[in-house]
Amino acid sequence: MPAGWSALPPTGPPVTAWRNDQGRRPKVMPARAPRPRFSLLRFAPHLTVALLIVPVLAGLAGTILPAFGLTNGEGAAAFRALADWPGLWRAVHLSVITGAVSTLVSLGITLGIVAALLGSRVFGVIQHLLSPLLAVPHAAAALGLAFLIAPSGWVARALSPWATGWQNPPDLLILNDPGGWALIVGLIAKEVPFLLLMTLAALPQTDATRRLMSATSLGYGRVWGFVLTVLPGLYRQLRLPVYAVLTYAMTTVDMAAILGPSLPPTLSVQITQWMMEPSLTMRSTAAAGAVVQLLAVVGVLLAWHGTERVAKAALIAVAGRGWRMAGADAPARLTAIAVGSVLAGLLFAGLAGLALWSVAGLWPFPDALPHQISLQTWARAAPDLAATGGATLAIAALATALSLIIVLACLEAEHRFDLHPKARALWLLYVPLLVPQIAFLPGLQMLNLWIAAPGLALWAVALAHVVFVLPYVFLSLGGPYRQWDARQALIGAALGASPARVFWCLRLPMLMPAVLTATALGLSVSVAQYLPTLLIGGGRIETLTTQAVALSSGGNRRIIGAYGLLQMLGPAAGFALAIALPRLIYANRRGMRQASL
Amino acid sequence: MNRREFGQVSVSAMVLGLLGGKALAGDWQAVLAEAAGQTVYWHAWGGDTKINDFIAWVGAEAKARHGVMIEHVKLASTADAVARVLAEQEAGLTSGGAVDMIWINGENFAAMKSQGLLHGPFADGLPNWPLVDVVGKPAVVTDFTLPTEAYESPWAMAQLVFEYDSARLAAAPPKTLVALVDWIKANPGRFTYPQPPDYLGTTFLKQALYGVMANPSVLQSPVSEASYATDTAPLWAMLDDIHPSLWRKAAAFPANEPALGQLLADGETDISFAFNPGRASAEIAAGNLPDTMRTFVLDGGTIGNASFVAIPFNAAHRAGALVVANLLLDPAVQARAQDPGVLGFQTVLNMAALGPQDRARFNGLALGVATLSPADLGPVLLEPHASWMERIAADWTARYGVAQ
Repeated sequence: MPAGWSALPPTGPPVTAWRNDQGRRPKVMPARAPRPRFSLLRFAPHLTVALLIVPVLAGLAGTILPAFGLTNGEGAAAFRALADWPGLWRAVHLSVITGAVSTLVSLGITLGIVAALLGSRVFGVIQHLLSPLLAVPHAAAALGLAFLIAPSGWVARALSPWATGWQNPPDLLILNDPGGWALIVGLIAKEVPFLLLMTLAALPQTDATRRLMSATSLGYGRVWGFVLTVLPGLYRQLRLPVYAVLTYAMTTVDMAAILGPSLPPTLSVQITQWMMEPSLTMRSTAAAGAVVQLLAVVGVLLAWHGTERVAKAALIAVAGRGWRMAGADAPARLTAIAVGSVLAGLLFAGLAGLALWSVAGLWPFPDALPHQISLQTWARAAPDLAATGGATLAIAALATALSLIIVLACLEAEHRFDLHPKARALWLLYVPLLVPQIAFLPGLQMLNLWIAAPGLALWAVALAHVVFVLPYVFLSLGGPYRQWDARQALIGAALGASPARVFWCLRLPMLMPAVLTATALGLSVSVAQYLPTLLIGGGRIETLTTQAVALSSGGNRRIIGAYGLLQMLGPAAGFALAIALPRLIYANRRGMRQASL
Repeated sequence: MNRREFGQVSVSAMVLGLLGGKALAGDWQAVLAEAAGQTVYWHAWGGDTKINDFIAWVGAEAKARHGVMIEHVKLASTADAVARVLAEQEAGLTSGGAVDMIWINGENFAAMKSQGLLHGPFADGLPNWPLVDVVGKPAVVTDFTLPTEAYESPWAMAQLVFEYDSARLAAAPPKTLVALVDWIKANPGRFTYPQPPDYLGTTFLKQALYGVMANPSVLQSPVSEASYATDTAPLWAMLDDIHPSLWRKAAAFPANEPALGQLLADGETDISFAFNPGRASAEIAAGNLPDTMRTFVLDGGTIGNASFVAIPFNAAHRAGALVVANLLLDPAVQARAQDPGVLGFQTVLNMAALGPQDRARFNGLALGVATLSPADLGPVLLEPHASWMERIAADWTARYGVAQ
């Protein structure tokens, strides 16, 4: 347990990680006289804010101006047209319900798994099952799930006709149900791995093991003890990822188009359809819809925030009662194991189904397996793979490296110059995740036309990806970075190390698990970007994702399966490394193990 | 004027030489010379691997014959490319645009042409233009009743055909709209159509309009506000009649043609339809459908139209795009597109205008087990005016698109 990582005023003996390793102990450097000088580092936060805000504001201007008729003098006509669309309130309702329910359930499942199973053998298994699923692109996960649960899907095929008697698929409304439940299940399956990873990254800062030990020694049940002692500190760090999940769930286009209802669809899907209307006459309606979508997201976030306060007050009130709730542990444990396995099972079976489709010949209902296996699909995809796979990785690497450099510079500037980001700064960080992509990207595209010379297109796309990758990298890295015990730097400085040396030799190595996690997350965010790649690249840049989404509109499961699998390879490798590397490197540092969990 | 600008101006001058329609051999030689080495960014729907493979093959052919490379920009929707060109126009980008060529027809063409987003006229200046069957296939110069005026060049013919699995359907398939309605009601849950405004779903509605309207000839004029309600009342009555018997009781609809085809392949529906008479045979050849699939058309004919390529006004590689548009009209390329093992698209060429060797390419093609012969395909009904498509799609959404 890394006592030095505690978020609380540390009371335990200060154990420093590097002290265990005599061979790599830094040499004592002669102290240098501090010389005040102009430092680029000081401006890193400004650069970050500019990078995130300028494109979004410019794009938003291109959205909001037409919505309010400021570009064509039509006044509020766009909002009147929007209000005339009979599906508006139903679509808003759907966005709110699917977003809020899926986020609430995802958070509950994640915390339940951590509370009931943390430290156990099963926890490691579930974690290893769920982590790679983070890398699965949303569209591929949704298509896999769709094939699994559809009336003609794998589950029905496996049970037919021997158990069900079905020679033809039953006429059941499972997918695209008007209530959006299939979409909610898909979102949960996709968001639990993300929240779990975020929780694991935050846990080392919460002093969880010691707190749980104290709670259980007082007779509290594991789960209840977790809720009372770890959750308050943990949730403070999880709040931003949870908001990101909520925003994503409310505004997703690809998952909602595949799993969600269509009569009407969710608001974001409808906005996309209006944007893509060939007559180009619905653009201002789409812009007005985007404004409503933005308001809905802000409203739900505010409501969520209010609920947090109520929950906090309730928790404090209940904590005083002294209930131990030890009896809840066994059922919670079973539920956590069951839900965790079902979620992982759903996604894995879905992906396995896609993998099988990618090599399937004729495969009619109700056969559980295809008639023939053929490599035809892969042989066709192979030539495209080299080009698009290369472009995908190049863009992801560029965008992630840039984001990582900027975020580290920003955080280090905070530390060195004692800058304290206000709450407003965090919201600025959130702007690219809060504003639906479809609302501001067309505006960005207009600006980009001037610089998108063919040779620059790859760079332009990578820069556009930075807008979306950077917030996730920041969210993932900010918590651990700020929670790092600055007394380690003090000790380093006392031994004569320069701030740069403290950064490179102490802080970065100790934060390596967090940096690797952020890198893997950045890669997977970049790989999954569809609209920025399509619009900023002007169609000249093809990635596995633009290919997969274009193909998915054709519903060809064989080729979708091939691309879906290829699409997740890069990020999956990234996450595997993020888990494996710290274990290897910290093999001889007991104090660092929990950080790499 | 720098060298590069000069180059662009000279291309424009040459292309302007094609303006009057009749290309001089020397002009075309200059286009070929300018095109060599260019990469044409062809924006085309990328949802079908067979079509993607065909475009890749055309790319190899263009490179071998003319040194022109094709980059297939695979779109989820053709409107993406339209939006891109519009954005470039709004930004004042009058040359060097990202889109060199678009696979287009119908309302996308109407929107681009009316907004001045297209280069042209060019089609009737292409060397292969005399081979096109302008008389026998009027759809190659009339796109949804809008005269193309050579602003787009045709490359494939399409016609609505219905598909069914002869192993699953007990009786002969219904050959009239009335019989189809009866069949749907007798076999609940076994038929559906893509959700409008998807083009195939809207095509089904237009086909139904032809069947239920007292006087279908009004479809060739723009929608008349005065008579629209009475004209379309029988269509909505028919839909109200069949919706409770559709797949999922009409509480969900497939998104598009491939999604509809997937339902047929999965056995979720028994009668389906496609806008390509050769689709079923091509899918059988690809191993995606059983070889018991067959196709049929309705008595009185089904809707047919043509697929085109158009060149945006600011295309960076206009000469290359012209060369590719001409290559698409080459008899060898057209015969390959018609091969059911490749695409199964019907040719736009006039057999009588071809030399014996080229005609033999077409005669040598096997139709495919599920494809009807040209005689059995029956009469082609003309696409209604584009305003009908927009209006009935919007009305459909208002009536059924927000069902609870």
